[in-house]
Amino acid sequence: MNTFFKSSIGKKLSMALSAIFLMVFLLQHFLINITSVFSESLFNLISHFMGTNPIVQFLLQPILIGGVLFHFIMGFILEIENRKASSVGYVMVDGKKNSTWMSRNMIWSGMVILAFLVLHFIDFWLPEINYKYIEFFPDDPNRYYTELIHKFENPYRVGAYCFAFILLALHLLHGFSSSLKSLGANKIYAHSIKVFAYIYSIGIPLGFCLIAIFHYYSNV
Amino acid sequence: MKNKLTYSLNYRKPKDQYSDNDQLMVCIRYYHKDHKNSKAKIIKKSTGVKCKLSDWDKDWHNNPDRSPIKSTDPNYIEKNKLLKQKVDSFKDLYFDSFSNNGYSTELSANVPTGPLENKWTFHKNKINLVSPGNKRSLDVIVVGTGLAGGSAAATLAELGYNVKAFCFQDSPRRAHSIAAQGGINAAKNYQGDGDSTYRLFYDTVKGGDYRSRESNVYRLAEVSANIIDQCVAQGVPFARDYGGLLDNRSFGGVLVSRTFYAKGQTGQQLLLGAYSAMNRQISRGKIDMHNRHEMLDVVIVKGKARGIIARNLVTGEIERHSAHAVVLASGGYGNVFYLSTNAMGSNVTAAWKAHKRGAYFANPCFTQIHPTCIPVSGDHQSKLTLMSESLRNDGRIWVPKNIDDVKAIKSGTLKPTEISEDNRDYFLERRYPAFGNLVPRDVASRAAKERCDAGYGINQTGEAVYLDFASAIIRYGSEKAHIKGLDKDDNELVKKLGKEVVKKKYGNLFQMYEKIVDQNPYETPMMIYPAVHYTMGGIWVDYNLMTTVPGLYAIGEANFSDHGSNRLGASALMQGLADGYFILPYTIGDYLSSDISTGPIANDTKEFIQAEKEVKEKINYFISNKGKYPVDYFHKKLGKIMWNKCGMARNKKHLKEAVNEIKELRELFWKQVKVPGDTNEFNEELAKAGRVADFLELGELFAKDALIREESCGGHFREEHQTLEGEAVRKKEFQYVSAWEYTGSPKDAILHKEELDYENIEVKERSYK
Amino acid sequence: MKLKLKIWRQKNTEEKGHLVDYDIENISPDMSFLEMLDVLNNELIEKGEDPVAFDHDCREGICGSCSLFINGRAHGPDKLITTCQLHMRKFKDGDTIYIEPFRAKAFPVIKDLVIDRSAFDRIQHAGGYISVNTSGNTQDANSIPINKNDADMAFDAATCIGCAACVATCKNSSAMLFVGAKVSQYSLLPQGQTEATNRVVNMVNQMDLEGFGNCSNTGACEVECPKGISLDNIARMNRELMKASFRK
Repeated sequence: MNTFFKSSIGKKLSMALSAIFLMVFLLQHFLINITSVFSESLFNLISHFMGTNPIVQFLLQPILIGGVLFHFIMGFILEIENRKASSVGYVMVDGKKNSTWMSRNMIWSGMVILAFLVLHFIDFWLPEINYKYIEFFPDDPNRYYTELIHKFENPYRVGAYCFAFILLALHLLHGFSSSLKSLGANKIYAHSIKVFAYIYSIGIPLGFCLIAIFHYYSNV
Repeated sequence: MKNKLTYSLNYRKPKDQYSDNDQLMVCIRYYHKDHKNSKAKIIKKSTGVKCKLSDWDKDWHNNPDRSPIKSTDPNYIEKNKLLKQKVDSFKDLYFDSFSNNGYSTELSANVPTGPLENKWTFHKNKINLVSPGNKRSLDVIVVGTGLAGGSAAATLAELGYNVKAFCFQDSPRRAHSIAAQGGINAAKNYQGDGDSTYRLFYDTVKGGDYRSRESNVYRLAEVSANIIDQCVAQGVPFARDYGGLLDNRSFGGVLVSRTFYAKGQTGQQLLLGAYSAMNRQISRGKIDMHNRHEMLDVVIVKGKARGIIARNLVTGEIERHSAHAVVLASGGYGNVFYLSTNAMGSNVTAAWKAHKRGAYFANPCFTQIHPTCIPVSGDHQSKLTLMSESLRNDGRIWVPKNIDDVKAIKSGTLKPTEISEDNRDYFLERRYPAFGNLVPRDVASRAAKERCDAGYGINQTGEAVYLDFASAIIRYGSEKAHIKGLDKDDNELVKKLGKEVVKKKYGNLFQMYEKIVDQNPYETPMMIYPAVHYTMGGIWVDYNLMTTVPGLYAIGEANFSDHGSNRLGASALMQGLADGYFILPYTIGDYLSSDISTGPIANDTKEFIQAEKEVKEKINYFISNKGKYPVDYFHKKLGKIMWNKCGMARNKKHLKEAVNEIKELRELFWKQVKVPGDTNEFNEELAKAGRVADFLELGELFAKDALIREESCGGHFREEHQTLEGEAVRKKEFQYVSAWEYTGSPKDAILHKEELDYENIEVKERSYK
Repeated sequence: MKLKLKIWRQKNTEEKGHLVDYDIENISPDMSFLEMLDVLNNELIEKGEDPVAFDHDCREGICGSCSLFINGRAHGPDKLITTCQLHMRKFKDGDTIYIEPFRAKAFPVIKDLVIDRSAFDRIQHAGGYISVNTSGNTQDANSIPINKNDADMAFDAATCIGCAACVATCKNSSAMLFVGAKVSQYSLLPQGQTEATNRVVNMVNQMDLEGFGNCSNTGACEVECPKGISLDNIARMNRELMKASFRK
């Protein structure tokens, strides 16, 4: 087993597994966020549960952070290894004839997403930790919605938010089916995977953007 | 050291006093030329043989045959045998006085006695074996890693010998066996159509126009079934039917379906099978593989082949490799024609060096011209592409009946599809109704040439005929429509369904054609023309596949034994694998059994050093020569001479011209060849120069061999010997293998004949009508 | 046709290479790409210059020797063919053509456009075979019926010619299509099952040892493969390796 994850295929597989985990998380995140459009109280209820439940906080949250870190670090390691393997470059390469832009630039879309996540952490996660575990402010089950609304007041912030999600869409457009291929998905499912990948990779980021835009305009 | 035999008449009184019936003596002289002293000196004068003056061929010295008895003499064979016996009496002299690398003038094929069916079994039971422990201390060199070489190397290593394998390509998997398309024959009788070992044997001997050795061919047919079992066990993905069992197709010159195939890539799959067997031995450390190495000489020590001199094609280093036996599996010499279906690198060098070191070269003029190749498009052409013979299963070959239509097609005003059935000449179906488009290759090629020579060739050069799939598409289409219950009269639908079937069967070939010619063969008939494809001739070997040099073996296309004067389709793969997997590994043990206490062969003896020196001198000569023309210039010229004068149809006048022209070209080559670069680097031109130098010698022997063979048989067609209808006329007195002994230059080569006896097959006129 | 060629020249593995410009005239559209290079080489030799070294042998797309990266693509602009099957009619008069060797760290340049692909051989030595003696004393070929579908898929995988276009075109220089095809051929056939576990592990290990990159499923290899070997073979190899690792 140990040697397996050290092999090129093992690394690729672990990359895929972490990706799938993150995609599940993303879906879950999306489902919570979308409630903010329909019902302030439901959103507050779920957010409060997520923010205070010890299993979520002390088990799932570290796993998530681990998954994110693993995916990024592994991504960088693989990128470095791959660059080493192809150290002598071509003078002329016509990559667009045989592969998509997304597949060739996962590292770049990934880095934009990373930058976004850093911001997102500073924006959301650090104040949250600060609120709960450092300052020990009193528990307020209704503060989540207002905080959210507050985040989407600045049009530049909304623009950056949407930009990051466009790159996430691009990342997912290759990443979704790629992760399943790495897991050895049989070709008989290829078509369904492709359709599902499109729906997921475009639908979810688009949804996030729409939520942001919705709150921006309902504020104005 | 150079030796020469001459004959002369020994007159005892003034010449004009002899009458035709007077007896006098043919005097045989043996000249030995010392290499220190270039002047020839007579060593020994023999007694000679009696003959009548009228038997004496006044022109004999112009005749490369070098037999002074007229071939028209009724007792020609008898008297020639006498001469041969006398020549044989020199044998002791060769050995005793000059220790001349130990080759013999005797040509015994060492065929075991007993009934045909049991020869191989009995032989295997009787020959000496080497114990597993002793095999570990025996080295074998295998040159070439195609089907024959690859399978031999793998099997020898598996038996326990230490194998050193060599190939000039960058990987053993790239040997040209990989390009074989159609299939491999085996007498499995899976189709239940009456096939048997005897039938495969019979078809092969008949297909070879009764010029192959009966015992070898029977053995080939016998082991053929094993090949399929072996390859399937190795994971070769042969084509299968829906029941999961192996599928067969039919090939030219036979009336059963015995050809196993893997789409149009059978050679590739079989070679990868042999390569995988080699990989297994390489990983066990039993094969020491030398890629990008070219053998440049064979080293003979005390009359036995004990190693080779090879050049590392990357570094240019000349290396000495020693072994207890050397196996040549270096393929055929079709590239002597420059344009052929062989790979660019295929060459005769290994075989030719062996020939120069004492191995007889047999039947060099037997060349197969394959009927279905893509026609030449211009002077720039570097090689020709074969379209598998399997296409003739469904394709129909034709030219227009009317010469006006031919002209219209050439001028572009008429499309072939616009010519009605009545105005088409399906010339193979017309001339050979029984076999139709599936006549053997030599017959099909000549028929196409006959039509083109008569002016019916349909491309600009006038050297192409049509191979048409329209009727097959309709036939398959309506079958499919019928099965599916669709409208059989809907032309478009039928065509569409038919094309699908044809695509499944020949898709990759059609695609290949389209890429090269830029025409869609589903819509318009293919254009094809014969091209050089395979050489039946090669190094002479006995029943054990050993050449006339002890310890030197030749297998696969490099030897001559199994195909006579014409090879049937799908038999080359069969022979290569049979030799390599099942025959050589046994017979070589018989020879090596006497070597178990020899110990390792040193590679620093004077023989090795001398051979290495000669190789280096030649290489340095090329690099330092201040010539004008690149190697290709000479190769192309040689090819033109060969194709025009020693090609599909040959005659005395042309062959004589060819002998002289090749000699002149060779002299020009040595003066004017220009090889760039250096000796100690990757230098393809240098490698090519050495190869073409050998082709230029082989070409002359080729023409000479074609000249003495005053008959037409198989791939060798002499215009002087044909029926009124243009069919080949075979002659009883040429029922022999011509094996040439090198004595200093191709023109001085001495002919040895291995008479061919057919005890189990009736020698008949070969008819496919 | 008149063309401008930019060809990679490199004296040997150690020395650095660079692109050199050549002008060439009188090229017929019916010529193959390699025949065009033949013309150039003969001109160079007559001028006393060093001809361009490139690998080639069968010139009918099956031996896998030819390995040119033409105008930014492995085996040039046409699909499903090797360099030797590429014809000049695919180019226009006056075109500039970049010709480079297949590149990867695992494939050092020997000279000019000739590369050393022995890494592929070593991967095959590690397990590219079925361990059966070549005695011919195996069971009858028809004693194991093989599902036609599996047989066809095994054949499709086996048609790989080992040209290394997949590695050359991969931005990661990954050899997974090649190794995947080999692993697939044997894993699809019943004959190959007995040693399937060791085979895939050994071959993948050797592949990693040779310094090939990781697969990121861009699919470029599948597009540029002259034999159209499918990406599914990589997925199958992944499955095989997982199976093998968990079984161990």
